[in-house]
Amino acid sequence: MEISVIVFPGSNCDRDIAVSLKKFSKQNPKMIWHKERSLPKSDLIVLPGGFSYGDYLRCGSMAANSPIMSEVIKNAESGAYIIGICNGFQILTETNLLPGTLIRNRELSFICKNLSLKVENSETGFTHKYSNKEIIEIPVAHNEGNYFADKNIIDNIEDKNLIAFRYCDENGLVNDETNPNGSKNNIAGIINEKGNILGMMPHPERATDKTAGLIDGEKFFISILESIQ
Amino acid sequence: MKALVKIMPKKGVLDPQGKAIEKSLNQLGFAQINKVIQGKLIEIEIDSTDEANAKKILEDASKKLLANLVIEDYEITILKGE
Repeated sequence: MEISVIVFPGSNCDRDIAVSLKKFSKQNPKMIWHKERSLPKSDLIVLPGGFSYGDYLRCGSMAANSPIMSEVIKNAESGAYIIGICNGFQILTETNLLPGTLIRNRELSFICKNLSLKVENSETGFTHKYSNKEIIEIPVAHNEGNYFADKNIIDNIEDKNLIAFRYCDENGLVNDETNPNGSKNNIAGIINEKGNILGMMPHPERATDKTAGLIDGEKFFISILESIQ
Repeated sequence: MKALVKIMPKKGVLDPQGKAIEKSLNQLGFAQINKVIQGKLIEIEIDSTDEANAKKILEDASKKLLANLVIEDYEITILKGE
């Protein structure tokens, strides 16, 4: 299996994701600078978290137009798995690989804490090791994580079961009080209709090492690595 | 010539920054102020003497990068005599 991690100026979770991928795949992913115009054959491409281009204009808007992105889009269209975490999710919406967009958190504050998520769809290539509706704890760290799309898009995402993760409390309660940032329908992560692209605001790569605290991200990595084998 | 591209949140999109500014202004005693929406204003110099052509280029730029049409509307104004 071949894995590529795209590195933008301002990415800061690229090393973390590489460590997690290596832990479960026993191989180093290729780190690809955003100015590259060609991409090695990749079964999985990761757009990591961070603050690409200093979040200028809109989060992810500049990175979405980086030279490497046309290759990422080509690979996505031909079926490679793509993961965008945090800033990576913002980049995926800016390239239109995923619908909607991520706007400023409802309360205007940067949120950095461990949150409960409900695995809303455990039949995706990214989540099949979780049990259905499993409640997991994963860290978030974002200022613009408020998922927004118009009603038609939200209805479509709901109808087609494209929501991978929703914010909830430790008992799985999904409502406005357990919504940290104002996201429509408590959406924390979505997949595309084809099922090969996932965007999520929480950071599973920060929950794969017991010494650092949380380990609920493990099944995420085991799921996706099994999917590309 | 010079142009301005005004980018504003679409109606119905949550604008927490505008809301925060509104609240601060109210706290400062501006009780008459009751609706603040925050957008962006981008000034652009463009190599073109033809207004229609400049507008066309800026339309394209707005759609491709300057505005996110999921949440924002844009408006292009060519500055005359600049």
